[in-house]
Amino acid sequence: MAAYDVAISGGGPGGYVAAIRAAQLGLKTALIEKDRVGGVCLNWGCIPSKALLYNAELVRLFRRSQEFGISHNNLRVDFAAAIDRSRQVVDRMVSGVEFLLQKNKVDVISGTGTLKSRSEVAVEPEGRIVEAGNVIIASGGFSRVLPGVQVDGRTIITSREALELREVPESVAIVGGGPVGVEFAYMYAGYGAKVTIVEMLDHLLPLEDEDISRQLERSFRQQGIGYMTRTAVKELRVVDGKAQLAVSSDGRDQELTTDRALIAIGFGCNSDGLGLEAAGVATERGFVPVDDRMKTNVDGVYAIGDVTGKLMLAHVASDQGVIAVEGIAGLNPAKPDYVKMPRCTYCQPQVASCGLTEAQAREHGYQVKTGRFPFRANGKAMAGADTDGFVKFVAEADYGEVLGVHIVGPEATDLIAEAALALGMESTVADVSRTVHAHPTLSEAVKEAALAAEGKAIHFWAEPSRGEMT
Amino acid sequence: MAYEVVMPQMGADMKEGTLIRWLKNEGDEVTRGEAIAEIETDKANIEIEAFEGGVFRKTLAQPGDVVAVGQTIAVIGAADEDISMYEAGKAPEPAMAGAARPAAAAAPAKEATPAVEAAPRGDGHVRASPVARRIAEEKGIDLSRVSGTGPEGRITREDVESFLQTRAAAPEKPEKPPESPREAAPVAMSRMRQAIARRMAQSKREAPHYYVTVVVEMTEAQRLRSQLNDTLGETAHVSVNDLLVKASAKALQRYPIFNTWFIDGEVRRQEAQNVCIAIALDEGLIAPAVLDCGHKSIVEIAQASRSLAERAKSGSLKPEEYSGGTFTVSNLGMYGIEELIAIIQPPQTAILGVGRVSPRPVARDGVVEVAEVMTLALSGDHRVTDGAQGAQFLAEIKRLLEAPVDLLV
Repeated sequence: MAAYDVAISGGGPGGYVAAIRAAQLGLKTALIEKDRVGGVCLNWGCIPSKALLYNAELVRLFRRSQEFGISHNNLRVDFAAAIDRSRQVVDRMVSGVEFLLQKNKVDVISGTGTLKSRSEVAVEPEGRIVEAGNVIIASGGFSRVLPGVQVDGRTIITSREALELREVPESVAIVGGGPVGVEFAYMYAGYGAKVTIVEMLDHLLPLEDEDISRQLERSFRQQGIGYMTRTAVKELRVVDGKAQLAVSSDGRDQELTTDRALIAIGFGCNSDGLGLEAAGVATERGFVPVDDRMKTNVDGVYAIGDVTGKLMLAHVASDQGVIAVEGIAGLNPAKPDYVKMPRCTYCQPQVASCGLTEAQAREHGYQVKTGRFPFRANGKAMAGADTDGFVKFVAEADYGEVLGVHIVGPEATDLIAEAALALGMESTVADVSRTVHAHPTLSEAVKEAALAAEGKAIHFWAEPSRGEMT
Repeated sequence: MAYEVVMPQMGADMKEGTLIRWLKNEGDEVTRGEAIAEIETDKANIEIEAFEGGVFRKTLAQPGDVVAVGQTIAVIGAADEDISMYEAGKAPEPAMAGAARPAAAAAPAKEATPAVEAAPRGDGHVRASPVARRIAEEKGIDLSRVSGTGPEGRITREDVESFLQTRAAAPEKPEKPPESPREAAPVAMSRMRQAIARRMAQSKREAPHYYVTVVVEMTEAQRLRSQLNDTLGETAHVSVNDLLVKASAKALQRYPIFNTWFIDGEVRRQEAQNVCIAIALDEGLIAPAVLDCGHKSIVEIAQASRSLAERAKSGSLKPEEYSGGTFTVSNLGMYGIEELIAIIQPPQTAILGVGRVSPRPVARDGVVEVAEVMTLALSGDHRVTDGAQGAQFLAEIKRLLEAPVDLLV
């Protein structure tokens, strides 16, 4: 008889949520974590970076205060204090999770978990063996670095070090224009650094709808945030304490020298040293393949979160965790639909999306209709003097099924929740456009974009040929 | 409420399965997830699990019977439940939802559906998504007859669409049992097989092929690919094949004589570079085209070819993807093949055969080193081009792959 019903290796947003849900379902649960619970998300990712980004946003507002008739003549910003505040936020969040785990009677075991067999996890350094009927691997991920580049933690860094370094350099190169890259670009630029983003693909946020990426690029240009697209980094090294980058775009080589370089080219997963071989768990390109119930190829062994290589986001890991334990408990959880899960980026303007981009929808063979509504035609956005951006609906022409919603603009990351519900329910644009949205709110822009997809937007005049709206 | 156990669909092309044996007897208690029967499909033998626990009340098929997908083969219910509707030995019409979809073995919900004859609920309330409702309304479907696979049994668009398909595909139950698939018979050629036979014979008969091969060092291309994939995450995975498609398209732009069709003794230049990729289906191989590769970035090509493979499998390719190809990349590298000499697909006039990427010794500056290399073989139609042109064209592909930054622009 196994000591536990479920042992979860890794206490990030996948693992700890799975543990709490398992405990709620009456399963005897162990959570093995080598550091503090919360994983990269709480400790070194989402949460502290959002605290810093809010600081950067405040700095930006102070700089614009004349627009609002508010003046100050001795504005001083202290980045070290911002770092301290972000760590306090982290501490409170982590304590909250610890409290929840304790109240739910989850055994939190400190150490690194390694599979010994399909039902045994060895915890190092103690050497204790945890036996469980089901094992969930939730080992998480890490920031990838360019091959051959040494991260020294001061001049060449990843997001991990950026969350601790207490001073703002004069100039920063950001390698990678994905969500992490543009967020740190915005943060450093807010605190006065000269920022240059180097992105290999055609646009910043290359996975977003192209219209969204173009709007973000326009906003970044206005904010003085530099970027180079279609540019590959060939070499990055430290010379005389500065970061030196050899980059190549359109066949032209050039050099960049900055005080700091931050590598944000994406995430890899932790699948080495987990004992996967011992349990016979298959991997593919370093990831652990799972089915819709998060089962690996080995009975009783599950994997969730970054290690599954699906969509490396905290809320995705949490959802996978719930699906895994509900399946273990004999419930019938609905299968995940990764395409419909929301994706958020927290620079200003914010970017959020779920579902298919317009290009993807066409590629899937859909007859597509789209609708856009700019925030500059929205009263609440104007009142808040934050009018960059728009909402875009991508819908299927026949039945009006919402295929994707893409938002760039104020509070986009909160506005996307409505879109996620619409997609999850297989709603039509008419379901969204017929829902009364309170006035004045930013969410009216969502409704109006849905109306625009039906050619019925009220608060915007577009020439019948579908004029450029932004 | 009684639950029907139906013949599950394991794979999109499965139409029927053979019941090998029952693992339970009538009257046995079964628990949810317990194996109750063994069936044979054209691919494998599979155990069917009970989706609900209860008493294994009645079997409606005998070992050896060949049963259509979706047809009820047993009933599970409470010990005292009235199942007289099954007693006449006449099973209700085939269950609908789920039956026409590729059912994963991991989704037991699809292996047993609620009794179809159940009357619609009195209050007329059916859980269904808005889009499912719209489609049902338009097609005149009574949603209470469709079983849902969404959250809490909600009927999704997919459920309604597969209901429609099943209704179209299996309107009547066959009166006589189909012949056993195990009987030896001449191998029937599918339409696809017949088409392949015809076209390949025509190509070898009419087009004089010449062949040129080259060895390409793939170190830089692999580095670019892994950098792209690190950036892209799971949303788009760039394969070696995607790089080959892009490199071919660029080379075709430079040497447009290879982007031609040979029809009725005429060489016809084609505007867009529509590069065909081979996709293996159960029925045979098809090579639909990734359209307009010259104007697509590598990532767009990766996304397009993934979409192409999915749609090829679901049978929803566009006509121009079937027939608009102007060049073909045929890659057997994933099978460990070193070198592939391919047959030109008429009316195209060249095809690139691709072997695997593997570490091999190469001589560099008089020293033997190990590098990641790949062998490419170009088959050209001698009526349209000569070997020297083929050599230049292939050298351009090699150059692009060895200095892949040019593929990005």
